[in-house]
Amino acid sequence: MNERLFGIHGAALTLRSQRMGVIASNIANAATPGYKARDIDFNAALDARLARARGQAGAGPEAGMVWRRPTMPSLDGNTVELAREQVAFAENAVAYSATLSFVQGKVNSITRALKGE
Amino acid sequence: MPDRSPMTLFGLTTRAMSAQMVRMNAATSNLANAGSVSSTEEGAYRPIRAVFAVELDRASGIAGVATGGLVRADTAPTRRHDPSHPLADRDGYVFEAPVDETAEMVEIMESARQYQNLVQALQTAKQLMLETLRSQ
Repeated sequence: MNERLFGIHGAALTLRSQRMGVIASNIANAATPGYKARDIDFNAALDARLARARGQAGAGPEAGMVWRRPTMPSLDGNTVELAREQVAFAENAVAYSATLSFVQGKVNSITRALKGE
Repeated sequence: MPDRSPMTLFGLTTRAMSAQMVRMNAATSNLANAGSVSSTEEGAYRPIRAVFAVELDRASGIAGVATGGLVRADTAPTRRHDPSHPLADRDGYVFEAPVDETAEMVEIMESARQYQNLVQALQTAKQLMLETLRSQ
C-alpha cells in the first residue's frame, strides 16, 4: 500500500533519515579512539529495501552499509574526517528535503482527489 | 542499561555533547594546574585526559559516545632546582606539573569545534523533523 501510494519516495525518506543517524554518529564519535566511520550506500540500500518490499529474499537490514575509507589514516585508528562528514550531512539533508516535498506533493494530490475539488 | 528506549538523534547529540564537556573540563583543569609545584615527585599534579568509547545502539543502528573515564598521563614532573622555594625538598628541588599549555589549548579548541559541529548537525536534523511533522 505504502509503495503504491508513494512509489520510491516512502522508502527513500526512511533511508535518508537512517543515513542522517549514521552520519550524526560519525560526527559524535569524531574523537573516539579506534572508531570506524560508516555510511550508507544509498543506491544499494534502496534496491535492497525495495526488493524486500516486493517480497523477494533480499539482503538483510545491514545492506548498503559501507565503511568510510579515510584519506589519511590517523594514529588512534579513528577514520572520521569532520569536513567530509559535514558535507555528507548537508547533502543528505538537502536530499531529505527533496524527497519530503515529493511525498508532500503526493499526499496533497490524494487529498485533493478525495475532496473532489 | 536494561530499560532504555532506542537512541534517537537527540539522545545521541546529548551524550556526545556531555562527552565533549568532560573533555573540555579535563583540559581546563590541566591548564589551571599548569605551573603548580610540589615538594615530592608523587605529589605533583599529572595531566588528566578523558577517554571516549563507542556506545552502539543495535535497535537504531546509531553509535553514541560515552566517556570511558579519565586517565592520568604518566609523564614525569619537571624537576627544578630552586632552593629558595618554600616547597623545596632537602636537596633544593621542586617538582613542577608536566602540563603542556599549548597542547591543552589545542585540545580545548578541537573540542569546541566538535561541539559546534554537533550543535549544527542537531539543528539541521531538528529542522527536517519539524518540516516532516508540519507537512499535511
